[in-house]
Amino acid sequence: MKKTKADPKGVLTGAHYMDGDHALAEGALAGGCRFFAGYPITPSTETAERFSSRIPHVGGVFIQMEDELASMAALIGASWGGKKPMTVTSGPGFSLMMENLGLAVMMETPLVIANVQRGGPSTGLPTLTGQQDMMQAKYGSHGDYEIIALSPDSPQECFDLTIEALNLAETYRVPVLIMTDECVGHMHEKVIIPPAEEIEIVERKWYTGPKDEYLPYKNDKDLVPFMVKAGDGYRFHTTGLTHDERGYPIITAECQKVNVTHLIEKIRKNADKIIKIEEDQTDDAEILIVSYGITSRVAVRAVQKARRAGIKIGTLRLITAWPFPEKRIRALSKKVKAIVVPEINYGQMVKEVERNSVDRCKIYSVPHLGGWVHDPEDIYKVIKEASK
Amino acid sequence: MKMTEIRFSGFGGQGIIRCALISGKALSLYDKKNASMNQSFGPEARGSACSSQLVVSDDRVLYPYITRPQILISMSQEAYENYEPELRDDGILIIDTDLVKLKPLRGKIKMFAIPSTRFAEEMGNRIIANLVMMGFFTAVTKVVTPEAMKKALPGLVPDRFLDLNIRAFDKGYEYGLRILEESKKKRPKAKPKVASKPKAKATPRATVKTKPKAAAKTKPTTKPKPKTKVKPTTKPKLKKK
Amino acid sequence: MKKEDRLEKNPIEEYLRMDRIPHIWCPGCGIGTVVTSFIEALKKNKEDLDKVAVVSGIGCTGRVAGYVKMDSFHTTHGRAVPFATGLKLANPDMKVVVFSGDGDIFGIGGNHFIHAARRNMDILIICVNNFNYAMTGGQVAATTPMTANASTAPYGNYEYSFSLPYLADACGATYVARWTALHMRRVTKSIQEALNHRGLSLIEVITPCVTLYARRNRLGDGLNLLKYYYDQSVIEHGADTRTLDIAYQGKLVCGKFIDKEKPTFLDAMNTHLSNVLGDDYELYGRINNEND
Repeated sequence: MKKTKADPKGVLTGAHYMDGDHALAEGALAGGCRFFAGYPITPSTETAERFSSRIPHVGGVFIQMEDELASMAALIGASWGGKKPMTVTSGPGFSLMMENLGLAVMMETPLVIANVQRGGPSTGLPTLTGQQDMMQAKYGSHGDYEIIALSPDSPQECFDLTIEALNLAETYRVPVLIMTDECVGHMHEKVIIPPAEEIEIVERKWYTGPKDEYLPYKNDKDLVPFMVKAGDGYRFHTTGLTHDERGYPIITAECQKVNVTHLIEKIRKNADKIIKIEEDQTDDAEILIVSYGITSRVAVRAVQKARRAGIKIGTLRLITAWPFPEKRIRALSKKVKAIVVPEINYGQMVKEVERNSVDRCKIYSVPHLGGWVHDPEDIYKVIKEASK
Repeated sequence: MKMTEIRFSGFGGQGIIRCALISGKALSLYDKKNASMNQSFGPEARGSACSSQLVVSDDRVLYPYITRPQILISMSQEAYENYEPELRDDGILIIDTDLVKLKPLRGKIKMFAIPSTRFAEEMGNRIIANLVMMGFFTAVTKVVTPEAMKKALPGLVPDRFLDLNIRAFDKGYEYGLRILEESKKKRPKAKPKVASKPKAKATPRATVKTKPKAAAKTKPTTKPKPKTKVKPTTKPKLKKK
Repeated sequence: MKKEDRLEKNPIEEYLRMDRIPHIWCPGCGIGTVVTSFIEALKKNKEDLDKVAVVSGIGCTGRVAGYVKMDSFHTTHGRAVPFATGLKLANPDMKVVVFSGDGDIFGIGGNHFIHAARRNMDILIICVNNFNYAMTGGQVAATTPMTANASTAPYGNYEYSFSLPYLADACGATYVARWTALHMRRVTKSIQEALNHRGLSLIEVITPCVTLYARRNRLGDGLNLLKYYYDQSVIEHGADTRTLDIAYQGKLVCGKFIDKEKPTFLDAMNTHLSNVLGDDYELYGRINNEND
């Protein structure tokens, strides 16, 4: 994995007051994204607006496509053309993107999609928040695969995690999702953009061997194949069909097993390196709160109240939602009495918590169907109930 | 941990969102506070009720929305009527004298009024009424420093109007200081603070009003303002899909 | 032995992935001939194969990407055009060719085509039109002529069909031609021209679908139908694109209908942003085609 420093042209060093959507665009530019294809959709449009106004000064392409199907296809094309591409969307657009998200997974194409989540299903709540696409992020496209999804809790993290997402996409040749939400997307806060030389950028894993020996899907030690780009004379082939190391379609159960196992294992076996979580006071906790994104901030208010009431409570924030931090949840579930999972949906990530804690402790879901964040009091009530 | 919740409200086109952005930027970048700014999003655009909110804290802001604001700024009747009930009993209410007709004040709510739109018109452009209001707000609440507010302006107001905006801010700020000064002078003579029914202490030009009638009496010198609802005149700005 | 080798070597071998031959197309299908014409055009133009990419969608023609020895992408159904758009914009010095079928480009991918044409995206689209969805078993398509039989129009088609050149013209394509597969030399020439054309080019090539469309409609074997289409063709260069509808087993107006110059997407982007932003604008890609 070759690392370099960010290109100063894209880095707006300094302290800014901006919302999450704008921070996504700045993160993209700082992280080396020079190709953005998207379709306007509330509440994510501000990212496209900012990118389109900034990119002419930085050098790159912004194109507003005819729909999200096209945006994703253009991203994959651009990635094979050598760019680090990104798009941004929300629920309805995310659903359309699922089609070519599968192609990106199958072709092992680095790219980044930010989903500024809003309430669903369907058109739902265009202007109001939700965290209802968390399972779609993992399972939305058909077939078996693994993916990386990050969950920022502030505009600052929208900036930081976009750079991280671009780097992870290159490291693992995989599409990376940034699962933020309307609340963070539209919330203005201080965002510090560091100097370019302090921003680490992961270069694509370029193949450098003899041209006629290049195999686009031959595993390297870290399970990630080397990549080349179109126009460099490798005359490679790639397909959405089940394929062998050469990228040639092989329509058999045997090839399917090798191909799909690889897609899954390259993420699962590297999960420890990918996963980022943030813990607070989990050492002697009897109650554990697992949350992510904006909900993790809201939950802290309930946690503070619980501590004042003498409840031993710790928090775990998922910065990486997928792959899920299974090991850590398993370990904590052996120590705590109960795990409380507030999220702005009817209970999605709580299923993962349940799966990994089996019956070792009680699990409490604190659902909220979107449109607003939780009332901290509602979370507190469940904490109290759990601590009994 | 000290936390202040502020709601800015008015109608679309007055620069209500801008007010929160300027204050939030000033607090976050120049006053070393944490300020999270949120706005109500809807398909409405110019002319309809509009509000933005700011949560200010010494530590990190956790809950991103306001619940019971300590400060409410209302630049339209509809906004005032919508948001006045959520203001804390000991909160601060700031209104545009000419645009808001007051109801009786609740509890210990402190009220400050300024004819910000009229001042702006006198300065040549109604569009800077929000900056007059921001100057006034800065003076009477002391939540944010005037230096920080002025530093926050570049980038949030058009460059060519920066001077005008600063002058508008100063106008409101000086007016605010004067009002504070005047109310201080009067305060010692006023009845004990505990008085449940604060008596009217009529001040010149109905500025610090504690009695609803005072407001009713104030005659708007500007064109009649929409009393309640103004229909959106433009198409919805935000795409709903 | 060497002599025999030479004899057996196909002259277009270096353009094909020989390790993937034999191909999947039926005997008598016209797709292979169109591929041959494409390769002939590359040869005659002396194109640097390192700088030519082929993008296909899904379907019988969608398999072309898998057989040509260039950077080649077999993408999802209908999305070859936006994929090519991304590829072209990321790598403006490449020639990007979309090679796919009528159902792929004008059925499921119709929206992408009209927008790529509107933008005058600098890509060449070779659309093999066989009047039905062949890969899935001969279903009715947006190009199926009225009354023709299809597996999902068992009593004959009653939907109006697209006239591809008319659609392309209306949407802003700057090079539009139509041929039948048996017009091999003319197809080759059109592809040669289109490879050097800056902007969106569409070449429609009408081919028989022997196994499905022809058999279901009792139109004889592939060779007969190839010849029939050829015989039914009338060459009218520059014909009014409004007059190019295709009736069932009717006259096929062929020729080059549109060949005009208009700034491409990237030209327009660079020119406009340079005008508006002056020196603040970072020029993107190359401005002038060296081949011009």
